[in-house]
This record gives sequence, C-alpha cells and structure tokens, in this order.
Amino acid sequence: MKKILTLTLVAVFMVSMLLMGTSCKGAEEEPAAPAEEPAAEEPAPEEKEPVTITWWHIQTEESQKAYWQDLADRFMDANPHVTIEITVMENENFKAKMTTVMQTGEVPDLFQSWGGGTMNAQVEAGLLKDITDKLAEDGFADTISPGALGVYSYNGRNYGVPRDMGMVGIFYNTELFDKAGVTAPIATWADLLEAVDKFNAAGITPIAEAAGDKWPAAFSWEYLVTRIGGQAAFDAAANTRTGSFTDEPFVQAGYKLLELVDADAYQDGFLAATWGDAATIMGNGEAAMNCMGQWGPGSYRENSADGKGIDDKLGWFPFPMVEGGAGNPNDALGGGNGFVVGKDAPDEAVDFLKFMLTVEEQDKQTELGMGVPVVKGATVEDPILLQIIEGRDKAEYLQLYYDQYLPPAMGSVVNDIVQGIMAKAMTPEEACQMLEDSAVENIGPRK
Amino acid sequence: MVTIETLKKRKSRRFSSDRIKVFLFLIPAAVLLLVFLVIPIFQCLYYSLFNWNGMGPAEDFIGIINYKKIISDNVFLRALGNTFAIVGLSLFVQLPLALFLAIMIGRGIKGRAFYRTVFFLPYVLSETITAVMWRILYNPDPSRGFINAVFQAFGWKMQDWLGNMNLVLFSIFIVLTWKYIGFHMLLYITGLQNIPRDVEEAALIDGVNKRQMLTYITLPLLGGTIRTSAYLSVLGSLQVYAIVWIMTKGGPVNASEVLSTYMYRFSFVRFQLGYGAAVAIVMLIISLIFSVTYMSITRRTEHIA
Repeated sequence: MKKILTLTLVAVFMVSMLLMGTSCKGAEEEPAAPAEEPAAEEPAPEEKEPVTITWWHIQTEESQKAYWQDLADRFMDANPHVTIEITVMENENFKAKMTTVMQTGEVPDLFQSWGGGTMNAQVEAGLLKDITDKLAEDGFADTISPGALGVYSYNGRNYGVPRDMGMVGIFYNTELFDKAGVTAPIATWADLLEAVDKFNAAGITPIAEAAGDKWPAAFSWEYLVTRIGGQAAFDAAANTRTGSFTDEPFVQAGYKLLELVDADAYQDGFLAATWGDAATIMGNGEAAMNCMGQWGPGSYRENSADGKGIDDKLGWFPFPMVEGGAGNPNDALGGGNGFVVGKDAPDEAVDFLKFMLTVEEQDKQTELGMGVPVVKGATVEDPILLQIIEGRDKAEYLQLYYDQYLPPAMGSVVNDIVQGIMAKAMTPEEACQMLEDSAVENIGPRK
Repeated sequence: MVTIETLKKRKSRRFSSDRIKVFLFLIPAAVLLLVFLVIPIFQCLYYSLFNWNGMGPAEDFIGIINYKKIISDNVFLRALGNTFAIVGLSLFVQLPLALFLAIMIGRGIKGRAFYRTVFFLPYVLSETITAVMWRILYNPDPSRGFINAVFQAFGWKMQDWLGNMNLVLFSIFIVLTWKYIGFHMLLYITGLQNIPRDVEEAALIDGVNKRQMLTYITLPLLGGTIRTSAYLSVLGSLQVYAIVWIMTKGGPVNASEVLSTYMYRFSFVRFQLGYGAAVAIVMLIISLIFSVTYMSITRRTEHIA
C-alpha cells in the first residue's frame, strides 16, 4: 500500500514542488505598485555605491553569448562601481525557471522578454519596474522604432526595451516560382489561391506549414484577421471588449484558411509537422512558400540537408491583402526579443540597456544574426532584412503575435483553435466561440 | 500475579525505549516525506480551489469550480478516454504479447540470450530518445520517414501516422508497446524460471497436452508475476507523458491527449495553475481508486487460490 501511495504521489510531486515556493511569501509581500516607487533623483554622490546587476539572457549560441559578455565587460570598465552578473539559459529552461521565479518574486534585474501578455501579467504581479521616465532622459526613447518600443509598454508605461523587432511575411523560393510560372510578390488572396493551383499542377508543394507546433499556423490566421478586420476588429475584441472574438473577421479568417487547406496548399502530414519539419522542406527547396517571422532564413539553413539552405534563391513579400478587407495592406504582425527590468533593479540597469542600444552596438548584433535592429539609423545590408525593416516601420498598426500579446491562457487557445480549424475538427464558428469563452474568463465580459 | 506485573513492566519499559529509537530513526525519512510529498499534495489540493495563474499569491478563491469545469470539459473526457484506451490496450494486447514472447524464448530456444537482449533493448532507451526516434520513423515523407518508405516499397497506401486524428493514438500505442514489452517479457521470463520443473514433469506423466499445460500449470503458477506486471502496466499507462508530449503534444486537436499532457497543458502552457492542480488531484484520485480496488481484488483471488 505504501508503495502504491508513493507511486501515485510521485505523479503530482512535480506540480506540487513548483507550487511550494509561494506558501510563505504572501505575508511578506506588500502590494508593490511599480509606478509608485520613489523615483527621486538624488544628486549624484561623489563616491558611487557599488551596485550589482543580475542579467538573464537566452543567447546560447557561442558568438552571441561572447558578445553579451563583452558588452557587459565594456560597461563595467566604463562604470567601475557596477558589477553585471550574467546567467545564460536555454530558451525552454528559461521559461521553466521563470515560472518558479515569478512565484518567489525574486526576479533578476534584467531578463529576456517578448513583451505582450506575459509581460503584462508580470507587471500586474508587481514584478517589473516602470522605466518610462528614465528612458525619456536625453531623448533616448525617440531613437527607437516606436512600434517596437510599444510592445514593451503596458497602459502607456514602459517596463522594458526591444532589441530585435521584425514582422511575419511570406518567404519564397524564387527558383520554384519561376518553375511554376508564378510571379512574386503575390499581392492578393485570390492570387495566392491561383498560385497554389499552379504549384500543385507543377508538382511542387505550395506552402510549408507546421500545424503540429501550432504557432506557425496561427500566424496565417492572425494575419487574415488583421487583413479582414484591421486594427479595429482586434482592438474591440481584445482590448476594449466592445466587440468579441466571434465577430465576422475572426470567423471569416477561419474560412479563408480552410480555402488553403481545401486547395491542398500544404505538404502531406502538415497537421503533425513541427517547425523544424517545415523548415527542412523549405531549406531543401521542396516547398515554394512559408509564412514566418524574421528568423525563417536561419532555420531553413540549419534544417536543410546540406546546411546551406536556399539563401541564394530566397525572396520575401508581405502577407497578401484580402480583397475587401478593412485592414490596411501595410498592417503587420510581428514580434521580437527584448529585455525587461526587474522591480528592484538599480538605475544602472537602464543605463546598461541604453548602452546596448546604440547604432554601433545594434550593428554588431545584426552582424551576429541576433535579429532585426530597432534603433533608428542602424546599418543593414541583407536585402530581406531591409524589406522586413521597411515593412515594420511602414506599418501604422504593428500587432504582436496573438499568443504573445494575449494573456498566456488565451494565447495557447489561439494556437489550439487554428490547428482545430485546419484539421476540420471544429468549424471556424465553434473555434471562435472557444476563444471568446476564454476571453470572457481572462480579459472580461463583453461590454 | 506479582511476577506477571513485573514482567509486563519490564516489557513495557523495553518497549518504550525501543519506540524512542524507532521514532528517532524515522524522523529524517518522515520529514522528507512530509516536506516533499505530503505537504505538496495538500498544497496542490489548496491551489486547486483557486483561479490562479502562478504569478503572485493565489487570491481568487473559487471553490470547486475547477473540478466542475474539468468534468464538463470535452477535452478532459477525451483525454480520460484516450488514457483508458491505452490502459486497455496495454492490458489486453501488450501484456499477452509479452507473455507470448516470454514463453517462446523463455526456454530452450537457440540464441535466446540474443532475443532477450533485442526485445529488452528499447526499455533501456530514455523516453525522450524513443519519442524523437519514432517521430523520425513516422515522418510522412517517404524520403525521410522509414516506415512510409517501406510502405511505398511494397506498394501499400502510405499513412500520415501522427497527423491523422484517427490513427495517431494507435501510432503512439505501437511506440509504447515497442518500448515496454521487453520489460514485461523479462518479468515473465523470470516468473517462468521460478516454476518448479517437477510440477511440469508430474503433469507430463499425467498426460497433459501443451494447451492444458499452459492453462492449468503455467498460467496459474505465473499468477503472481502477471498481477505485478498488470499493476505496473496500468499505473504506467495512467501516467504516460513524455512520449506523447514529444511526439504529438497531445494533438492533432487533442486526438492523442492523455491525462498528464492535459494537466501539463493547463499548468504550464496556459498557466492556469489552479486548474492544473485540480487535474493533478483528479489523476491522483483515479490512481488511488485503481490501486485500492486492484489490491483488494487480487488479495481476494489470492485467498481463493
């Protein structure tokens, strides 16, 4: 009997372990409202108090890791009273670690963030520091692409900064386009469907999709909503709650997606395919298009059979416009990486972020393939990257990916329903109703 | 009378000093058990009564609403159905197959050490490696997936093993069987070796045929082993997680969702930790009910036998 107990108890052991941390915390934690923190700027003392900045990043790649270390070293040399302690974590480990850290409330001074709903929840829990005023000093905030900076703000206050911000678009294989007689860019939805038929007729997989991982497939649906309903539809459903996720644009987007499924636009087994699977097909030159963010080309290279990918025949164009849609064809869906500031961080942490985001440093980051630079005037030579930056800065409405923007619980529902629609396990109406139910629970009832 | 009294006293004195020793020795283990098992379970129970996303303290007390939601959630019912399907298939397909293998290679056969090693090998692999390897084997593209390449070579219809919602659970069950059959086979082989030769010889002298030998001699004498293996198989099936999560994440569209992936999804993907805790408690209850029932049933049959 004891053995059975042990065995069964082990099943819940992990969960319970993670929950443990909070038990004794409630009492000591005061309702910390970051905005109320005394931002008193004392006149700088002669001898600066030594401070330590703890910094967690997730760049495990050797050259990128070395660059961050070098950046920290140079900052410490220039500011002898500052010590920066770096912790490098792999992406998934970082996310797992954050769940426990969030509960203990002992957040690092600077850490990786993608902005949006997760960051907002951290702000609500009083774990982040409002750095809006500090960013505005010396006009620093104006040197950064406003759309990108906005992703790290909540209720108009900034809690972090971006260092990389790109947008999702269609990567395509120029060789296969020529072979099937399709001309790029494909500007409208009708043209896209026509192109799909041409590719199929030529025996080429039109689109590489990764519905097994869900989020890549969700990009297409989110873009369709953006094209059909524009900013107004999403704002009404997600922000003001004067609308709902069952509104026409969301349902229509589902049916548009089904048009692609019915046209046999995706590779065999796309429902179970991971992002790695889709990148393999793309990198091997076996599929004509892929709807993906700025990291696409790197993944095509990594996952291709020869390790080289299709760099020499890769093109990019924005997501096609849906005829009659309320959105602006320049609207974009995007996202990227940045750092947020922990609640107890010293002012020097923000100084360090400013140090990180100069034109000179951003150029180094671009060179190392760390993303799409956000500082105005940064140098970019890669033609695709240039197109992405142009697209991003042209967008009056830059929507962060839904699964990052919405509260974590809802983001996962978005990804789940898109897979459900594509598998025809649920109708677009049912799918949108599920999302709306989740919205009522996580954001609030419709007004 | 007096002598008995003193005896009793002496005995009780020795008893109490023994008891203190026992108590002292038990403290470290008890503390560990308390801190890492008992308290967390009660905490889990506590959190399951809250609407809590894991950030900050749990404040939004909602009573048993989480449990009500679990019971009325179609995806949970699907996960429960899938889990029971895996339990059933394990009991009625995997275990008989393991027994069959054990009887085939348990005795006498040439090169039996080789077969035993081959069948046992998958059990040594980690679940993660198994899942990743089978993901590759199941790749629907015949130029990458070995299984479809074989199907293609024979001119059979290629299957979308993990993408077809009607097929995916079966595909996963094949992997589970491949991985765990060796373990149960080994249990049975050991059991078979413990059956005394003279019993069988006596039966042979009495003139039993091979079928009678199996049903009247081998299986009854293997009873204890079968009970153990069935028990381990059911508990293992109730908790199957890594293989499913890595291969399909419970998809497509919950087609291969099991209890543990459901719990993980709500706890650490959707960050509804209160709800996840409630699912954990439900899993605990299911496992407990099974264990208790199983123990009482097998104990009863043991008495009859």
